Amino acid sequence: MPDVPAPFIVLDHLVKTFAGVKALTDVGFSIAPGEVVCLAGENGSGKSTLIKILAGAQAPDDGTITIDGRVHHRLGPRAAVAAGIQVIFQDFSLFPNLTVAENIAFSTSLAAGSRWVRRGRMREIAAAALARVGVTIDLDTPVEKLAVADKQLVAISRALVSDARLIIMDEPTSALTEREVRALIAIIRRLKGDGVAVLFVSHKLAEIFEVCEKIVVLRNGRKVIEAPAAEFDPATLAFHMTGRRFEPAPPTPGSTDAPPILEAAHLTRAGQLDDVGFTLHAGEVLGITGLLGSGRTQLAKALFGLTPIDSGTIRICGRDIAIRSPRAAIAAGIGYVPEDRLTEGLFLAQSIGRNIAVGRLDAHAGFAGILDRPAYATEIDQWLERLRIAAPDAATPVQSLSGGNQQRVVLARWLATNPKILILNGPTVGVDVGSKSDIHAIVAGLAAAGMGLIVISDDVPEILAVSHRILVMKAGRIVDTFAGGAIGEADLARRLAS
Amino acid sequence: MNEPLDGAGPTPDATLRRTASPTFRLLASPIGRLAVITVLIFVALALLAPSRFVSVGNLTSMAFQFPEFALLSLAMMLAMLTGGIDLSVVGIANLSAILAGLALHAAGPEASAGTATLAIGAAIVVSLAVGAVCGVINGLTIGRFALPPILATLGSGLIYTGLGVAITGGSAVLGFPAAFAIIGNGSLGIVPVPLILFAVAAVGVAFLLGRTAYGIRIELLGTNPLASRFAGIDDFMVTVKTYVLSGMLAALAGLVVMSRANSAKADYGSSYMLLSILICVLGGINPNGGFGKVSGLVLAVLSLQFLSSGLNMLQVSNFAREFIWGGLLLIVMVVNTFELVRHRR
Amino acid sequence: MPGTSRPSLLARIDFGRNETLLVLVILAFSAVTALVAPSFLSLPTLFDLLRNSIVMGIFAIGVLLVLISGGIDVSFTGIAVFSLYTTTLILTRLGVPVPWWAAFLLSIAIGTALGLVNALFIAGFGLPTLIVTLGTLSVIRGVLLTFVGSTLISNLPVGLKEFARLVMIRGTTAEGYFFSLPWAFAALVGVVAVTWVLLQYTTLGRSIFAIGGSPESARRIGIPVRAVQTFVYAYVGALAGLAGIIHASLARVANPFDLVGLEMSVIAAVVLGGARLAGGYGTITGTLLGVVLIVLVNTSLILLGIPSTWQMVVIGALILVGTGVPAWQARRTALRAG
Repeated sequence: MPDVPAPFIVLDHLVKTFAGVKALTDVGFSIAPGEVVCLAGENGSGKSTLIKILAGAQAPDDGTITIDGRVHHRLGPRAAVAAGIQVIFQDFSLFPNLTVAENIAFSTSLAAGSRWVRRGRMREIAAAALARVGVTIDLDTPVEKLAVADKQLVAISRALVSDARLIIMDEPTSALTEREVRALIAIIRRLKGDGVAVLFVSHKLAEIFEVCEKIVVLRNGRKVIEAPAAEFDPATLAFHMTGRRFEPAPPTPGSTDAPPILEAAHLTRAGQLDDVGFTLHAGEVLGITGLLGSGRTQLAKALFGLTPIDSGTIRICGRDIAIRSPRAAIAAGIGYVPEDRLTEGLFLAQSIGRNIAVGRLDAHAGFAGILDRPAYATEIDQWLERLRIAAPDAATPVQSLSGGNQQRVVLARWLATNPKILILNGPTVGVDVGSKSDIHAIVAGLAAAGMGLIVISDDVPEILAVSHRILVMKAGRIVDTFAGGAIGEADLARRLAS
Repeated sequence: MNEPLDGAGPTPDATLRRTASPTFRLLASPIGRLAVITVLIFVALALLAPSRFVSVGNLTSMAFQFPEFALLSLAMMLAMLTGGIDLSVVGIANLSAILAGLALHAAGPEASAGTATLAIGAAIVVSLAVGAVCGVINGLTIGRFALPPILATLGSGLIYTGLGVAITGGSAVLGFPAAFAIIGNGSLGIVPVPLILFAVAAVGVAFLLGRTAYGIRIELLGTNPLASRFAGIDDFMVTVKTYVLSGMLAALAGLVVMSRANSAKADYGSSYMLLSILICVLGGINPNGGFGKVSGLVLAVLSLQFLSSGLNMLQVSNFAREFIWGGLLLIVMVVNTFELVRHRR
Repeated sequence: MPGTSRPSLLARIDFGRNETLLVLVILAFSAVTALVAPSFLSLPTLFDLLRNSIVMGIFAIGVLLVLISGGIDVSFTGIAVFSLYTTTLILTRLGVPVPWWAAFLLSIAIGTALGLVNALFIAGFGLPTLIVTLGTLSVIRGVLLTFVGSTLISNLPVGLKEFARLVMIRGTTAEGYFFSLPWAFAALVGVVAVTWVLLQYTTLGRSIFAIGGSPESARRIGIPVRAVQTFVYAYVGALAGLAGIIHASLARVANPFDLVGLEMSVIAAVVLGGARLAGGYGTITGTLLGVVLIVLVNTSLILLGIPSTWQMVVIGALILVGTGVPAWQARRTALRAG
C-alpha cells in the first residue's frame, strides 16, 4: 500500500434507537478519498439506518461524523450534500414527471440556494454529468419514460453533479442485469480514479469482492468486522453476515422422466414475447434467466394471466387452457410468487393470516360466502408451522416480519392453494443469506413432492443451484436450453451478457 | 424498509396491551376510547340537563334522527374500505328518493289501502334499484375506467343531483300515501322503524366484513390493489359490488329522509356528506382504505347524535353546527395522527 | 418525434395532448351553439365569456397549484366568501373611504391567513388534503355565518364601487349591443403571468412539481417539502381572497351565501385541463382552456335550448368523460406494457 491518505469521513460510535430497539450500536469506521468500501449485512442489520444518518435524513442519538476534520453531531439533507455526500437510493429517488436534465441538476440549484431556474445552465450541468458517466440519454425526456437501467444512470449522474466526494449506493444492482452491473463497476472504477469515494451497500456476495477494497460487516446493529476485501472469501463473509456457517448448496439431481405438466407453445405478445415454447415436467425445477427486458417477467405474467397472450397455446396436464386472468390461472393450478414482494406480493399492513389465506377464501366460504372460521384459522396456523415462519401470532401485521419471513408468507399463500405449477420470480431478491438457502431447500422439496416449478432469476448462482433445466431468454425469445449441471457459472453469465 | 422493526417482535403497542391493566387496555384501543368518549358525552349531557336530555321524548326523537345519516355513513364507510371515497352518497339518496317519490305521487295521498301498499312497495323497489344503478355507474368508472374515486364520485354526484334538479325543476316532490310515513316516523312497539332499518343494515355490513370472503377481499383490496390482482382477487367485481352496496344503503337513507320529511327534493341533506365523512374518520375508518369496524362507526354516530341533541337544547344554529362538525373533524384527525406517530415509534 | 420529412400541419397536432382535445371540444361546442343560435357569434358573447372567466380563472390557477403539489383543496370558495364579506364589513364599519387596492390587500391578507390554516393541518400534521379542506370549508363558513354575519351587504364601500366602474374595453356593436370588459380582467392576466413565471422559472415552482411527482424523493434531495406545501396553500388562500373581493365588487354586493358550491366546477375545469389528482402534472394553458369550457357550458346551455337545471348534469358528465378517457387510455397503455 502506498502512503495512506487522510480519511474523508470518519464515523465514530454512532448509536440510533427506535422504540427501545437499538438499530445501531457503537458503529464506527472511516473512508478515504477514492476508496471503495463495502457495507455488507443482512436485512435488519442496520445498513439502512446508517445510510439515512449519512444522508442527513435521520439524526444519530449519539456519536459523531467527522468530515474533512470537521466534527458533526448530525447532518441535515442539505448539509450532507454540501459536505459532498450523495446517496443513490434503491428506488433511485427520481422525479418521474420531470425531465432528465431537471432531475440531474435540481439538487445543484437547491444547494446553491438559487431562486431562479436557468434552463441553459441546467442542461449544461446535466450533459456534463452524463458525459462523465459515459452515456448519452436525451435530456428532455421525462424520467418516467426511461428504462430502469437508464434511470439508475440518471441517479448516478445526479450524484456526480454536486462535486460529490462520497457516493453511497444502496443495493445498486438489485434492478440491474449482469451486463449493466459490469457497466456500473466500470463507472465506480472511473469515479475512484477521480478521487471520489464509494460506499457500496449490498448483500450480493459476488459483487462485493469484485468492486471493494475494504469490507465493513454489520450484524444486529453492530460492526462485527472491518478488513481489506482480500482477507475475505465468500464463506467467511457469509459467516460474518449471518453468524452461521453454510454448506454449499447440494448439486441437484438430473431431470426426471415424469409426464409433462405444462406445455407452452408459440406464446406471442406484441413487442414482449415472440414464439416462446417449452415443457415443464412434474417434479422438475425449470430455471428461466435473462436480462431485464428479455421477456422473463412477461412470460411469467402471461402464464399467470396478468397480461394475456395474443396467440399461442398453454396446455396443462394435457388440456388446452385459455388463461385470461389470474383467477383462471389459479383455477388451472398455477401459483405465482411475484418479483416485487412489497408492492405485488403482500398486503403489508394486514395480518399474516389474511396474507396467507387470501388464495383460499373461497375454499373456506360456505353458504352465501360465510367463512368457516375455525377451519380457516387452523389452516393458517398449520402453514406458519410448516414453513417455520417466525411470528408471534397470525394476527401480526406482515410488515413487521423480516424479508425472509415475508417471502415465506407469500410462499405459504400459494402452497395452500395446492398448485400443480408454481412460478417464482426473483424468489430471493432482498432476502438475507440464511433465508435464501432455506427458500432454495423449500423449492427442492416441492419438486421432490411432484410439483412443477419455474424459477425466474438473473442471479446466476441461484439459477444453477436450483434448476434441473435452464432456459435463457433474450428479446422475448428462448435462445438457449441447458441441462442443469451442463453449464458453469462463468459460461452462463457470458451467455446472458452476450 | 421498516428496518428498525425487523425482528423486533410484536409492536410496542401490542406488548402494552398484553401487559397493561384492563382500564388502560380499554383506552389503548381506538374503539375502546371512542366508547368511553361516547359514554362521557352522554353522562355530561345527562348531568347538565337531566330532565330534558334523558327524557323518553328526547331519547326517542334522537332514535328517529340519526338513522338517516348513519345509513349514509355506512355507505361512505364501504367506499372508504376499498381505498376510495363516495362523494355521491347524498346525490344518490336524493335522486332515488325523487324517483321513488314520483312513483308514490302517482298513488296520491288519498289512495286506498291496497293501492297505497302497492305503491309503497314499488317506491322501495324503485329507490333501491336507482341506488344500485348509481352504484354500478360509480363502480364502472372507478373499476373499469380507472378514474380516481374522488373525481369519479364528484362527477357522478353532480350528475345524480343534477338529474334530481332537472326532473323536479328544483322543487320538492310532495303528496305521498299516509302509510308511507311508517318508514321514517313509525315505531314497532317503542322502537322506531328507521332505527330498526339502520340496525339491520349495520349488523348486515358488520357480518359481511367480518365473516365473509367478500368482506375480507374488500379490506385486502383497500390495503393494496396491485397485490390484490396478483393474489387473484377480482378487483373489478369487488369494486362494483361495494359501490352498488354503498349506493343501495344511500338509497335506503334517502327513503328514510323522504318519509320523515314527507317530501323528496334534490338538495336535502347537503350537509350529510361532510357529516358522513366525519363519522367515518371519528369511527376509526382509515381514509386510505383497508381498515375499519362497524362498531366504531356506530359509536361515532351515537356520540355525534348526543352532541347534536345537546346543541339543539342550546338552540345552536345550523351554521354554528357546520362549524362545530368541521372543527371536530379536524381535531379528531389531528388526534389520530398523534396516535399513529406513537404507534410507529 | 424527429421525422424524416416535414409532416403536414394536421399530422403535427398531438391529439394525445389534453390542450388539443380541449380546443377541439371548445370549437365543436361553439360551432353547435352558433348553429342553433347565430347570436352566439358576437362580441358581447365573447366579452361575457371573458368577464365570467375572471373569478373562476383566478380560483382555477390556485387549484392548479394544489393539484400539481399532489393535494386537493375544496375550501377556497369558503375562503373567498369569508375574505370578501369580512373585508366589506370591516370597511363599512370603518366608514372612512378607502381606495380599492387597500380593500384588495385586506381581502388577500385574510385569504392568505385562512390558507395558512389549511397549511397547518396539511403541511404541519400531514393530514389527507381532501378531508382537511372539507373540514376547513365548513369551519370557515360556519364561523362566517355564525359570528361575522349572514345578511347581504348591498351598499359596498366606495373603493369597491369605483373599482367596478373601471372598464378596460368598451364598445357597441353595429346592431347596437353594448359590450365591455372590466379592469378586473387584468387581475386574471396578472395572476396568470405571475403564476406562470413562478411555475416555470423559479426553484420554488419547480419544487411544487417535484413534491407532486415524488414527495419522498423531494425530501431526500433536501426540498423543504412542508415549506413548499405551506406556500401552496397560502397562495391558494391569497388567490381566493383576490377572487372573492373581485366577485363582490363586480356583483356589487357582498353575499355571505355566495360562491360556496362553485368549487366542484372549478376543480372540474382544472382536471379537464389535464392536471392529475395524483400530483406532478398540469399546465396553465390547459387550466385556462378548462375554465373557458366550463364557462362556455354554463352560458350556452340556455342558448342551446337546454334548461339551466341541466347544468350540473352536463358538468358532471364532462368530469367523468374528460378525466375518464385519459385515465382509461393510461390504463390500457399500462396493461399493454405489462
